[in-house]
Amino acid sequence: MKEELLKRVVKGPDGVEFEVEPLRDYYCEAPPAVHPPVYAKIVEDLFNWARSQSIWILGFGTGCGAIEMRPLMTPRFDAYRYGIQWRPTPRQANLLVISGYLSVKTLKRAIRAYEQMQNPKYVVGLGSCTINGGMYWDSYNTIKRLDDYLPVDLYITGCMPRPEALLAGFEDLKKLIRAGKAEGANQYAENFDWYKTNQKRVIHDWDMPDYNW
Amino acid sequence: MTFDWMKIPYALLTLFIVFNFGLLLTAFIAKIGARAGRRHGIPIWQNYIDLIKNYGQRSSITHGVMFYLGPVFRLTGGVGLLLFVPTIYGSEMFSNLSFAGDLILALYFVFFGTLGMALGAGESGHPHAAIGITRGLAQVTAAELPLALAVFAVALQYQTLSVTEIVAAQQGGMMNWTMFTNPLAVAAAMLAFLGSMMRPPFDVVLAPQEIPIGPPTEYHSAYLALMQTNRAIFPIAKIVIYMNLFFGGATSWPEFAVKVFLIYLFSAFVGVCFPRFRVEQSIRWFLIWAVPLGVLSILWV
Repeated sequence: MKEELLKRVVKGPDGVEFEVEPLRDYYCEAPPAVHPPVYAKIVEDLFNWARSQSIWILGFGTGCGAIEMRPLMTPRFDAYRYGIQWRPTPRQANLLVISGYLSVKTLKRAIRAYEQMQNPKYVVGLGSCTINGGMYWDSYNTIKRLDDYLPVDLYITGCMPRPEALLAGFEDLKKLIRAGKAEGANQYAENFDWYKTNQKRVIHDWDMPDYNW
Repeated sequence: MTFDWMKIPYALLTLFIVFNFGLLLTAFIAKIGARAGRRHGIPIWQNYIDLIKNYGQRSSITHGVMFYLGPVFRLTGGVGLLLFVPTIYGSEMFSNLSFAGDLILALYFVFFGTLGMALGAGESGHPHAAIGITRGLAQVTAAELPLALAVFAVALQYQTLSVTEIVAAQQGGMMNWTMFTNPLAVAAAMLAFLGSMMRPPFDVVLAPQEIPIGPPTEYHSAYLALMQTNRAIFPIAKIVIYMNLFFGGATSWPEFAVKVFLIYLFSAFVGVCFPRFRVEQSIRWFLIWAVPLGVLSILWV
């Protein structure tokens, strides 16, 4: 545990002493809840359609594959045509693209970003590295199977997949969402213990609460 | 004095029309901006889909009471602004709830949403939100100065604080518009307009490429949807004020649509032509270029 995360007494500028417990004060400890589809089927279908047509991606590149996402914003490929936009904050994003290899250090950040996103949320694994480690199969500090740590909805294979492949992948993701099959957030909440066990097995300096919001 | 209850459904109808017009116009302007960058841009109905999606998010978290109230205040600012100025001049249906001193109230409502947002985003506790709010309030305040001066100039010129009477004084031909009778005030106000539309060069407050992404960093789901609703209504409401004060108002919905589009296009045009200012640059720019124009416009009258 890092020193700045330990419980301590702080003296304020007005001389009042108060106790600070970073892990409790900075995070919400409520475990994730399952949010099943609650509305009538026709409403849920409308929402699913809207979700599929308005995919907001968290602009967080975790590996070399992030370079393939940039051309999608530019005139050559222009993903905005398909209702795909980038949001800089996990709160507003619906889709986390794990772009390529994920080192253990980055996995920690990816987990925190994922947990701050709101239900429903989707994960797309980009490139071979997220499936079986790819060219990093024998690396000591990258994870091999993304699915063990976060609920993946879709993989886009290749090393690297071209932007066209990404666009095709997003179209497939849209079909999954429209069919109501992209329930990764609920899956994560249901199998929370299993995911946490897997995450803690590789992340040795675990200095955050089990659930980040 | 009796109150005509029929005004309420009429005002709601105005709100409905302006809301849909705002959603489409915002997307259309975004498309124009995208075409300037040689992209196709979002589909014209994208704003509707985004709204449905955000209202349909299943989970949301809160940071406290003000966090709830922030978007509510913001929406109140937009709706209030729209409801208290006449949208269509001379129309019984779309004059809304305008009254004798509505110009002062309108000036207040322009600022109201920003203040509410400051409280709400401040409570979210996110450092990016705090920085964004600081920048936003500084910039909007600087942009508000020339607008206030221009509005005072117009009020002095027509000797009234009623938007309806100001529009009435501008009827009877283009040359009666404030744009030609008091060009300095209009110039100052249009420069201020750039600063309050959150487009480049004055969009450092919530540009995704800067501190991501300023005040709404923590806002999501239905909160964000409320703010998006406001982003459809508020710019149109503000443009209605400008149209009424400076460009002769509108006597029919088609005239309204054309004038609002052209005024909106002005900020989009400047936006695609010029790079982004930092906050201290934009404040200096407003104080050097816009405020003296505003002072001159008062002296002119």
